[in-house]
Amino acid sequence: MELILFYAFAALALGSALLVVGLKNTARALFLFFVVLFAMAGLFIFALADFVAITQIMVYVGGVLILMIFAFMLSNKELLADLQNSSSKFLSLPNWQSLLLSIGFLIAMVYGVIEWQENTPRWITENINNKQIIKSTDNNIQQLGIKFMTQYLLPFEVISIFLLAALIGAAHLSRKEEIK
Amino acid sequence: MITLTHFLVVSACLFCIGLYAVLAKRNAIMILVGIEFIINAAILNLVAFGRYDKINYGGQIFALFAIVLAAAAVAVGLAIILNVYRKYNTINPENITDLRD
Repeated sequence: MELILFYAFAALALGSALLVVGLKNTARALFLFFVVLFAMAGLFIFALADFVAITQIMVYVGGVLILMIFAFMLSNKELLADLQNSSSKFLSLPNWQSLLLSIGFLIAMVYGVIEWQENTPRWITENINNKQIIKSTDNNIQQLGIKFMTQYLLPFEVISIFLLAALIGAAHLSRKEEIK
Repeated sequence: MITLTHFLVVSACLFCIGLYAVLAKRNAIMILVGIEFIINAAILNLVAFGRYDKINYGGQIFALFAIVLAAAAVAVGLAIILNVYRKYNTINPENITDLRD
């Protein structure tokens, strides 16, 4: 049952990602991007990372996607026309090359995964033997909060300053320039 | 219990779809979406490996960091795209060839 649900979410994510790439209409592709992000949040839950899944929905769907749709709708109508003109030829040469390149990458990575499967890293087998893997009954969020405030305090502060700097920079870049 | 291999294969597929979007699309917003796909594939890997690390919770914590980084990257990237559009009247990366005027 769990495996069937996992396959359903994976198929949803990959299928709509393929549609995002294949569609010519940017607005539809952006709305399908919603579906991909939700399905990815579902896959995170299968890896027992519930807080990451909630953060994914809140940050991506609530922030990033709204930002993208804003940028898309607020900019000129010519953006749509621009896209449709440039990709009118089906499978022109650059498309073909990048398809080849990404399929090559896919084959290389899947081959690597299959080769890797036989000798699992030692820390994983040790943790499995010591019963130190995350179980579905664990209280993840409490543990994450404790880790954030103790062991990972420095990266947490650095990322906060970084986010503040990035948001100030974005606001500065996107304001209307009056001065020469 | 779903094995690690399932997650790795799904994230490899998503990575390649994102790579294709980055290489083939001629719209800067869609290229940004492709970069988001790649980052999401990386986050899926982090989370899948993080299940075996209960002592440090490294995978989940760095997955959260990666989500924050992606959000910051999108904010700055969209601001840059809007500026480029204002200046060149196109967001096709192939037409943007000048560094400064």
